[in-house]
Amino acid sequence: MNRRKYLQFIGVGSISTAAFWQSCSPDVQEETVEEGFEVIEAGREPFEIERDRELLAETFFDEHEMATIAILADIIIPADETSGSATDAGVPAFIEFIVKDMEGHQTPMRGGLRWLDVQCMKRFEKPFKDCSPAQRIEMVEDIAYPSPEDIKPGMEPGVAFFNRIRNLTATGFFTSEMGVKDLGYIGNQPNKWNGVPKDILEKHGFKDS
Amino acid sequence: MGNFQIKKSPTVYDAVVVGSGAGGGMAGYVLANAGLKVLMLEAGPYWDPKTHSHQLRWPWESPRRGAGSTRPFGEFDAAYGGWDIEGQPYTHEGDTEFDWFRSQMLGGRTNHWGRISLRFGPRDFKGKSYDGIGEDWPISYEDVAPYYDKVDRLLGIYGSKEGWENEPDGIFLPPPKMRLHEHYIKKAAAKVKVPVFPGRGAVLTEKLPGNDDRQACFNCNQCARGCRVYGDFSSSSCLVIPAKKYNENFELICNAMVREVLTDSEGLATGVSYINKEDMQEYQVKAKVVVLAASACSTARIMLNSRSAQHENGIGNGSGLVGKYLHDSTGASLGGYLPELMDRKRFNEDGVGSVHIYSPWWIDNKKEGLDFPRGYHIEYWGGMQMPSYGFGFGIANINGPVPDGSGNTKAAGGYGPSLKNDYRRFFGSFLGMAGRGTGIARESNFCEIDPNVVDKFGIPVLRFNYKWSDHEILQAKHMQETFQEIMHQMGAEITWGIHDETTNWGLETPGRIIHEVGTTRMGDDPKKSVLNKWCQSHEVQNLFVADGGPIVQQGDKNCTWTILALAMRTAEYIVEKKKLFEI
Repeated sequence: MNRRKYLQFIGVGSISTAAFWQSCSPDVQEETVEEGFEVIEAGREPFEIERDRELLAETFFDEHEMATIAILADIIIPADETSGSATDAGVPAFIEFIVKDMEGHQTPMRGGLRWLDVQCMKRFEKPFKDCSPAQRIEMVEDIAYPSPEDIKPGMEPGVAFFNRIRNLTATGFFTSEMGVKDLGYIGNQPNKWNGVPKDILEKHGFKDS
Repeated sequence: MGNFQIKKSPTVYDAVVVGSGAGGGMAGYVLANAGLKVLMLEAGPYWDPKTHSHQLRWPWESPRRGAGSTRPFGEFDAAYGGWDIEGQPYTHEGDTEFDWFRSQMLGGRTNHWGRISLRFGPRDFKGKSYDGIGEDWPISYEDVAPYYDKVDRLLGIYGSKEGWENEPDGIFLPPPKMRLHEHYIKKAAAKVKVPVFPGRGAVLTEKLPGNDDRQACFNCNQCARGCRVYGDFSSSSCLVIPAKKYNENFELICNAMVREVLTDSEGLATGVSYINKEDMQEYQVKAKVVVLAASACSTARIMLNSRSAQHENGIGNGSGLVGKYLHDSTGASLGGYLPELMDRKRFNEDGVGSVHIYSPWWIDNKKEGLDFPRGYHIEYWGGMQMPSYGFGFGIANINGPVPDGSGNTKAAGGYGPSLKNDYRRFFGSFLGMAGRGTGIARESNFCEIDPNVVDKFGIPVLRFNYKWSDHEILQAKHMQETFQEIMHQMGAEITWGIHDETTNWGLETPGRIIHEVGTTRMGDDPKKSVLNKWCQSHEVQNLFVADGGPIVQQGDKNCTWTILALAMRTAEYIVEKKKLFEI
């Protein structure tokens, strides 16, 4: 598990904006709970703060499930020349939190993981996480393509599960500091909007207006 | 409850203003600046964008990455509350639908609104005279225009002068330039004869002359989170906080949930009673004038709950029309992606947090023989926006048919390096549009008191009864057709929002556009209206309404700028007539 690494990452990420917050909001109090995650207090209702503390203190997935999620997340978003992998960006910890936050994810995720293990037990006599890398990919190939013509009979529950974990992995990765940098989103900072840069405008066939 | 008592303040205020949103904020600001002793009561907590906004937070600063688990518009959105507030229910008549967005906090819903600021035009005030539907206002555009002008100058608005009669120009700061997707939209819209104007929004694209409390917008696109430099209009930052800062005669009490308007033996208002949410004690305050600005429906609720021997059906409700003529804007939307915007070069195009462009209603319904009255305007969105929870969802629905650099397509969905690259390729290619149109005010659409249900404060709650008619449904159909035409002209792929008659063409549930107005409408005839043309009760001369309630009939325009103009007009009337109220 990369939970600790993820939390360290969050802490580092917060420093970049700390100066701004301190200069603008003398009454902001941010309390550190549970391994360093900041629960934002300013501008939030008491029930929201309380709810975050409760969710952060709870555990939903067990170790086996978290290990499986980490392997799947890195199959979905592996490291490449631009950025690290899903686990490098803390995606498993995000998934653990979001299923506590949005209960609608809980049964599909838990049941989907179990479905996957049962499939692998049938095929390889091992749960997914203990399969070889080649066996895991063989399994994933059967659930990663959701177009009706691509789905083998009986694989539908796996396809639905993989759609969900693909979505959560992508959201977790591209909303992390690593993922935002990878995407090249360069806003969220004071600047002056003067229109589309001239060369880009011309490339798309428009004139300045 | 052993020590239950009502605490009565000995102070008699010149005016008590209930609510701190657009209408209450403006009324309180004008009355306080005129020297009146003003008490403002706000049902929610104190909230100042300078210290409470989530502006410039990154998604990774939150464990839920901005998801809307406790706030419908995402966790960094400024609005407390939402469609449901714990302990404060509302009910519905039969199978009718109405979704009610409440935000109990200083500044109310102006903290998170879209800042789109369109004046109602001459025809919006006199629609019945044109097509026979609904009701004309007792006042015309010319009556309100001077107040629109003053609101423009006081609060700041960007836009461009276009010279369209029913889309009146204001006193504008420069509008923001178009982003790349907006260039594509404008070009495609022109081909299907839909005009596109520069946006009109309550954002300071330049510093507001004469105002050193507010700074110019620095283009982070996050107005909805509240602006720490007050670069946009919120009632909290621009009206209530300055009213308090510059006037010793202005007092603000937060967490004060008003129960009812108090009256004397002659039926005149003497003040209000409220429960303080912090100590849960009951309070009464006295005032010579009562201004209700709790929001159209909350004001109706207070009036209907203010029953006495003189006002058996609720204060100022001799007409029986308090709560009637409730109407929200129509809304439908649709979106997709534009292949020309895939694999785009990155740059910062955040811009302002209101619209950079919009389309005003462009058709003469009679000349074109349309099968519905009135119209809608179109708002557009898109571009390289900051990722948050939901980013990348549904990629399997779109990444199959899109060819890669070598012209090859692959099975939709997938995993691994090529999927990872797809998210990058699609970033900034999504765009969409939403119609916001005129819903007709009808007596049969209303809110009333549910006699069987109270909230946790013991206050009887509202029951809604609302149904769209063919007027609104056919308008949504027209939106669908127009949006699809624009998308097709652009060469965009539509990925969501296509509807047919089985879903009313995507027409949103009443209330969803959060433009609900009309519950205390003004008029010359006391039998057919609640207020006179000064937003003053026909029956209780020291009772006024300063929110969206007095609006007789919406145009296809967002209502905030009109609420502000009417509230300013009403407050100036109170000041002018203050001797009448022994102020």
